[in-house]
Amino acid sequence: MLLITCPHCGPRPELEFVHGGEAHIARPAQPEALNAEEWTEYLYMRANPKGLHAERWRHLHGCARFFNALRDTTTDQFVVTYKTGEARPDLKGPAA
Amino acid sequence: MSAPFRTDAGGQIDRRKSLTFTFDGRTFQGVEGDTLASALLANGVHLMGRSFKYHRPRGVLGAGSEEPNALVSVRRDKARVTPNLRATQVELYDGLVAQSQNRWPSLNFDMGAVTSLLSPFIPAGFYYKTFMWPRKAWDHLYEPAIRAAAGLGDAPTEADPDRYLNRFAHCEVLVIGAGPAGLAAALAASKSGQRVMLVDEQAQFGGSLLAVTDALIDGKPAQVWLDETLATLAANPKVTMICRANAFGYFAHNMIGITERLSEHQAHPDAGAPRERLWQVRAREVVLATGAIERPLVFPDNDRPGVLLADAARIYLNRYGVKPGKRVVVATGHDEAYRAALDMHRAGVEIAAIVDARPYPRGPLVEAAKAAGLTVREGYAITGTIGELRVNGAYIAPIIAAGQVGQTETLSCDGVLMSGGFTPSVHLFSQSRGKVVWDETLETYLPGQSAEAERSAGACRGRFGLAQALADGFAAGADAARHPVTHSFAVEAVEGDPKGVVGALPHNRGQGAKAFIDWQNDVTTKDLKLAVREGFQSIEHIKRYTTTGMATDQGKTSNLNALGVISDALHRPIPQIGLTTFRMPYTPVTFGVLAGMARGDLFDPIRTTPIHDWAVEQGAVFEDVSLWKRARFFPQGREDMEAAVRRECLSVRKDCGIFDASTLGKIEVVGPDAAEFMNRMYINAWTKLGVGKCRYGILCREDGFVTDDGVVGRIAHDRFHVTTTTGGAARVLGMMEDYLQTEWPELNVWLTSTTEQWAVIALQGPKARTILEGLVEGIDLSPEALSHMSLTEGKICGVPTRLFRVSFSGELGFEINVPAEHGRKVWEAIWAAGQPHGLTPYGTETMHVLRAEKGFIIIGQETDGTATPDDVGLTWAVGKAKPDYVGKRSLARPAMADPARKQLVGLLTQDPAVVLDEGAQIIVTRGQKPPMKLMGHVTSSYHSAVMGRSIALAMVSGGRARRGETLHVPMPEGDIAVTVTSPVFYDPEGARVNG
Repeated sequence: MLLITCPHCGPRPELEFVHGGEAHIARPAQPEALNAEEWTEYLYMRANPKGLHAERWRHLHGCARFFNALRDTTTDQFVVTYKTGEARPDLKGPAA
Repeated sequence: MSAPFRTDAGGQIDRRKSLTFTFDGRTFQGVEGDTLASALLANGVHLMGRSFKYHRPRGVLGAGSEEPNALVSVRRDKARVTPNLRATQVELYDGLVAQSQNRWPSLNFDMGAVTSLLSPFIPAGFYYKTFMWPRKAWDHLYEPAIRAAAGLGDAPTEADPDRYLNRFAHCEVLVIGAGPAGLAAALAASKSGQRVMLVDEQAQFGGSLLAVTDALIDGKPAQVWLDETLATLAANPKVTMICRANAFGYFAHNMIGITERLSEHQAHPDAGAPRERLWQVRAREVVLATGAIERPLVFPDNDRPGVLLADAARIYLNRYGVKPGKRVVVATGHDEAYRAALDMHRAGVEIAAIVDARPYPRGPLVEAAKAAGLTVREGYAITGTIGELRVNGAYIAPIIAAGQVGQTETLSCDGVLMSGGFTPSVHLFSQSRGKVVWDETLETYLPGQSAEAERSAGACRGRFGLAQALADGFAAGADAARHPVTHSFAVEAVEGDPKGVVGALPHNRGQGAKAFIDWQNDVTTKDLKLAVREGFQSIEHIKRYTTTGMATDQGKTSNLNALGVISDALHRPIPQIGLTTFRMPYTPVTFGVLAGMARGDLFDPIRTTPIHDWAVEQGAVFEDVSLWKRARFFPQGREDMEAAVRRECLSVRKDCGIFDASTLGKIEVVGPDAAEFMNRMYINAWTKLGVGKCRYGILCREDGFVTDDGVVGRIAHDRFHVTTTTGGAARVLGMMEDYLQTEWPELNVWLTSTTEQWAVIALQGPKARTILEGLVEGIDLSPEALSHMSLTEGKICGVPTRLFRVSFSGELGFEINVPAEHGRKVWEAIWAAGQPHGLTPYGTETMHVLRAEKGFIIIGQETDGTATPDDVGLTWAVGKAKPDYVGKRSLARPAMADPARKQLVGLLTQDPAVVLDEGAQIIVTRGQKPPMKLMGHVTSSYHSAVMGRSIALAMVSGGRARRGETLHVPMPEGDIAVTVTSPVFYDPEGARVNG
């Protein structure tokens, strides 16, 4: 079971969280202006990287807030968690 | 004392406390401190099982959790039969009843052993090769027959009556394994004042120290040091020590799964005493001190009862006071076997010879054996054993060149003690996703780069010998606790060369000889070589093809020898072959302990409404809707569901029905931007919805498909009372929170779940207003004041209410929301007021029929995650002037306007008595053979009492354009002709709702 550090509450067991998919995929301000390919890209295409992945989590059974995390998909280690709205930290790999 | 192989003194047993037990119906005596295995050995019984595939007689091989042969069932009663327990771990108690497995009719004479005669015909992959054809025979003939012949042990015939506990724990340092390295680590870590946990799979702490007779630690005998160390640790309140604890799994982020046996070892556990406990320990740092497992030698007939690991024999002697035989051959490629030989010799066991495969064994242990007068045959291999149910002789021969042996000699004996060296237990390290590395010197895999905050210490990382293990353990404990403490242990012990032999010994016994690699899965050197000859190169494939190292054994005794044999066959060094993954559990765990309290009534939470008990008292039949218990129907007398539903339906249409709708999800959407938020979330338009008005809301996902629905009332300009489906409440709130928090944080809106705050009483039927009139205060129920799809606030029976005039039945209807704590009181008041008017309680089944008669959809029944609002006939609900809402862009995709999309229609069977099956498929022309072109499916189907016939809703390709067409529903009994109609069967003008 993962140990996840909610930026609002601190480290908590995975039981308290739900995963929210890839982070930093903003809903287009004017969806009508997007053509089919662009809308498809927004709606369905995800990076699914091997290595660092920016993803959303929600501390559902805690503060109930969404936040973002950088997790290494090969090791499951969280490098950093940060609040919704903050930019993705410029990090290359797992912290030593 | 009737046990002929028990020594007179010594060990960790109490000879004064005699215990009686039975094995396969025979009664034996053991003593306090015995395991089942040690007690049987004390009675001269080596034969404890039959092998999995060939049913060969098998004796005990090891002394701990690595035991692959001596798998037994322990039975207390019909419900308490535990199969596949290792006899080496079963603590003896008075009255223990154990049985061997995998034999019929008896262990001594097993009919299944005929498979051993057939063994030339059942090589590796036999099942894959043989039972390929005909394909159909697999399901009906081959698989059931193979399954009956395979498998180990029998499950109990009754439900498990015992209790299992679960505990979460946190500590700074978790030490796994309480041998010398683990004890030293715990000692060092405990000096930091932090929380330390020490767990060990055995009944006693100490690991290898429990069988040490010849060493001094800090000037004290090892046993004394052990007792003092345990006392020191036990006196520290920050140290938690758990024995009988199997650390079976290393999970992400230093979460360790541990099962603790609480009452398995007791003769008479207290009634209700828990049987096992699951510990889920989150440790900041972990010290793995899991030790090493002795490697068997691989030679023909190395599985004969009486052949056991040398160190296991030494443990039986020193810890349990049990001699493995009267005259033993010690076959080895490792120094530790000499220690065993010396201990045996001192205890009066005759050593026929020490047969060492190494050409020039040297070192203090070898010299000590020679000095004691023991015969050492250097450069000799053991090439076989003689005997049936017990070894009575061994073949030995000199190794004259690589892979070749010379003249065979025969030694008589009643036991063979063997040792190929020790394989570090890297199972938990590997589970933690750490990378193991090949060590050229020790010829074994050792822990390399860590993936978690852990370190290995002692024998599990190749630091063999007491002095090294203690020093390594202490340093690891200090490191884990981040506490700069040091200690230099003064150890006096004779220690040997840690290196052993890997792979098969040479022999001259011909092609037919069976030299076992994996005792538990009956894998021999021949099987591995065959796999390589047949082209398997990857260790992962060879493992699955031959089953070596699989199942509960997880390669404990077999792994390295298998790699050695495969390495020879492939002509590639071991590190180039790779290593299969060690899987959890390290040793098997019971389903009971994993399930814990989550069984029976506690399997899932149960949600009940404030009116639940009333329904129980009325004899309602309930159904599960997500976690809720909902009344499904209220039978009267001997009514079945069909009769009850028919009566309930007609009562609602004629008089009035009362229905508990409290399970509906409710979300209070509040704030200056509440209407804007609702506009963006739901497909409907909300801005112009007046205060006191309701609207049927449809929620789509961003992909344009309907995900939920429900009536939404506007309580105030800035306040909406949103209802959701019963099962969708949490999902809808989560989706709303997602958009609100992450997409539109600028909106000033607050969302609160109020599902459990409101009890909801639905009153549906022509007499609803009449019944309600006398109960409300300050509320005008007249159609002029409270029209259909409007709401009002006021009081009912003296308590506040939000009173909605809505209908899910097509009749005049009200939904009375009252604070949950008043739910039952108000319900009973309405119930009483309705008695003169024929008021009838109804359940979910009637609710479903009534809404189907009106063509109202149910989310998840008519919709399946691929239906758009238009597909289910809800285009009218779309707020077309809105610039955007969730799903709008997706609904503009060309595919969403395809006229061939499945659309909601009604179906009427040509025979009105026929009720279609929900889920049945629909075709255009009758009499087709598969594969048919499927046009859609039946989503709801009932007998409608008010229509006097069956009705059905369906999703049919291009359905709305097919009204009047005849389609067919293919069933095993033949096609059923149906006519496509409007989905609204009853009161299509909608007049009744205005009653």
